[in-house]
Amino acid sequence: MKIQNRILAIIFTCFGSLIMFSLIPALANEPVNWGLTFQPSASSSAERIHEFHNMLLYIISAIVGFVLLLLSIVILRFNKKANKTPSNVTHNVLLEIVWTVIPIVILIIIAVPSFKILYQNDKIAEPEMTLKVTGYQWYWGYEYPDQGGINFLSYMVKDEEIKDGQKRLLSTDNVVVLPIETNIALLVTAADVIHAWTIPAFGVKIDAVPFRTNETWFRINKPGVYYGQCSEICGKDHTYMPIEVHAVTKEEFRAWVARAKVEFASHDSSEDKTLEYAQLGNK
Amino acid sequence: MGDHDHKPGFFTRWFMSTNHKDIGTLYIIFAIIAGVIGGLFSFIMRLELQEPGVQYILDSAGNPDGNLWNVFITAHGLIMVFFVVMPGLIGGFGNWFVPLMIGAPDMAFPRLNNISFWLLVPSFLLLVLSALIGAEVFDSDYMKHIEENGIHLGDFFGPGAGTGWTVYPPLSSTLGHPGMAVDMAIFSLHLAGASSILGAANFITTIFNMRAPGMTLHKMPLFVWSILVTAFLLVLAVPVLGGAITMLLTDRNFGTHFFNPEGGGDPILFQHLFWFFGHPEVYIIILPAFGVISQIVSTFSQRPVFGYLGMAYAMVSIGFVGFVVWAHHMYTVGMDVDTRAYFTAATLIIAVPTGVKIFSWIATMWGGSIRFATPMLWAIGFIFLFTLGGVTGVVLANGSVSPLFHDTYYVVAHFHYTLSLGAVFALFAGFYYWCGKMFGRQYPEWMGQIHFWITFIGVNLIFFPQHFLGLQGMPRRYIDYPDAYEGWNAVSSYGAYLTGLGTLWFIFVVLYTMTRGKKPSGNYWDVPPQSFTLEWSLPSPPPFHQFDIQPKVK
Repeated sequence: MKIQNRILAIIFTCFGSLIMFSLIPALANEPVNWGLTFQPSASSSAERIHEFHNMLLYIISAIVGFVLLLLSIVILRFNKKANKTPSNVTHNVLLEIVWTVIPIVILIIIAVPSFKILYQNDKIAEPEMTLKVTGYQWYWGYEYPDQGGINFLSYMVKDEEIKDGQKRLLSTDNVVVLPIETNIALLVTAADVIHAWTIPAFGVKIDAVPFRTNETWFRINKPGVYYGQCSEICGKDHTYMPIEVHAVTKEEFRAWVARAKVEFASHDSSEDKTLEYAQLGNK
Repeated sequence: MGDHDHKPGFFTRWFMSTNHKDIGTLYIIFAIIAGVIGGLFSFIMRLELQEPGVQYILDSAGNPDGNLWNVFITAHGLIMVFFVVMPGLIGGFGNWFVPLMIGAPDMAFPRLNNISFWLLVPSFLLLVLSALIGAEVFDSDYMKHIEENGIHLGDFFGPGAGTGWTVYPPLSSTLGHPGMAVDMAIFSLHLAGASSILGAANFITTIFNMRAPGMTLHKMPLFVWSILVTAFLLVLAVPVLGGAITMLLTDRNFGTHFFNPEGGGDPILFQHLFWFFGHPEVYIIILPAFGVISQIVSTFSQRPVFGYLGMAYAMVSIGFVGFVVWAHHMYTVGMDVDTRAYFTAATLIIAVPTGVKIFSWIATMWGGSIRFATPMLWAIGFIFLFTLGGVTGVVLANGSVSPLFHDTYYVVAHFHYTLSLGAVFALFAGFYYWCGKMFGRQYPEWMGQIHFWITFIGVNLIFFPQHFLGLQGMPRRYIDYPDAYEGWNAVSSYGAYLTGLGTLWFIFVVLYTMTRGKKPSGNYWDVPPQSFTLEWSLPSPPPFHQFDIQPKVK
């Protein structure tokens, strides 16, 4: 029995320290091996979420630690050897009120900032440009209605076509280029089944639902390359439709727009696909 | 007693059974078999995810088969929920011990009980067949195919239902799944649902009408309370699933447009209906586990349950609130911000009664004289790991943070901590606790303890790193992942192998116990009066018909 108690205590302590480790932030813009926490934030919304999540992590670690402590005391002090005669106490009204009221207080402490962030992140300040995203089985379509309707499709780069600097399962052939320090309205829809568009570093994830347009927004605060992956199961190639965003300065963005207008000039509008889908459904 | 204890012949006894104990045994055997199959699916999934790239889930031509992967995750989810945990905890332990604990001779409707079980068998077969139908291996010229392409995992499975257990349209409509596999899966769920509803009606009637004299509702053992609340959840929630999948079925086959947007339908409506069932469903899974743990903690601490009434009504309130939180699964579908705020608040509230339960269990142990026998190890493991799964639930409840976690491995870790390390731990706890009572054979203590430690370490290795993967943004339901997720995925897979080893060991323990286990006495745990329940007043195993003289409860 003694050894067993020791093992229990050791295991419980390991859990505690693992939780503490996860408070150390990671540094890269993308997932890293052995990473323990969020990808670093690149937008005001993500920053707010991370800050709130850090607070939550302290609270839940404390709760788990407290339960662990109680269990350890119980195991060490109230085992058969240490305590031969069990007590017969069946209830204690005060104690029961305490362990109902204290969790309520903790939940209120959580709920207040939670609501604040929920509403802050929902409210779009004056949008400066719009990006329209359409999910297809299994690629993304993008449209820039404020930049003369540039539009293109974006497929994952296949393993055998990966070039230097590209990332397997994350890089796409056509990348989304967006300006930093700009309020970007995101309109998301789908042409076949439900998909979900996300860039974790922006704190954005929203479902792409056929015949419905969802709206959200973000404001990128540092240039860089950001990745996301489709986040709603959409069929056999669900794994193979990543999202790659290059955030650049406003000047660079204007230069890109000029180039893109030429490059994607001959491209079919994504609406053709939607029409095709509607006909498919009416077969 | 001997005269009344004539058992019918083998076929009549096991195939036409109306005896609650035999039906309970059938449920337990069924759950173990289904558990091995469902576990095998997850084992293959972890094997595949051990390294980046696709190594095993290949179609018959040898290419990565994303659809087969989706079939695996779907089958794993549906099997574990509908054919392992529910039949094990509710059908198995519920059938065995509700009548015994309330001093009843049997369930209220024995024949209904029979059909409840036997509906599950065709239901399970339909689900398994939905994955197999159309497989290459059934082709007459399969031998030639092997010569040309070699053997791949994909040969043994057909197109299958790769929708996820959530079956969201349009992926589950003819657009995403034109074959018959999804129709078969829907029929499977219909049968499983009918089985659950009938079983639940039986439990409610039994508990309300057949308690021994003197056993008021407030004197019922907490396990019976947990089954009562669960039965109400089942009766109210499962018909909603039945309606939703029936509409899906008519969309697929009869040209209706409930969920087809091009006909004016709404795929999001399905998600609301599904989760109106789906969220109570997770409490349907965990409440009986709470009941089992309460009995065990009380027995091995040699203390009465602390705050009995609080414990009972905590379950009732979890049941109530469980019905009004469903859309916290849908924070990313584009709901109004006020709606998301409401569901955040409602969901957070569930932490309160859950906290009451955790603290009451600890208070039950506090001041006790605890024996660390196998069932108690599982119970303590349950309390700690369920707390861990519970606090990540509090994180996920927040509509502000949750989108970042939506459909990532953080969610996978969360619900496996509550269900796999929660409900399944309770299944094992209950099995070791009642094994001697049910089968008249006691497992060797050291064997049970080894099983516990292997499983405890194994499942934590699997699921704890998945929190990190989720925080880093790794999406769930992915056959392959960017190289950066390699480290934790490898750890997770090693954990799965260890757990697989533990499961093999468990099967050995069961076989050993059934053939060579010692014959225990009626009250082989020396359950003290303050935690006594009526099953311990009977011999082990109990006679075929128990309580010839109706017990009276003071």
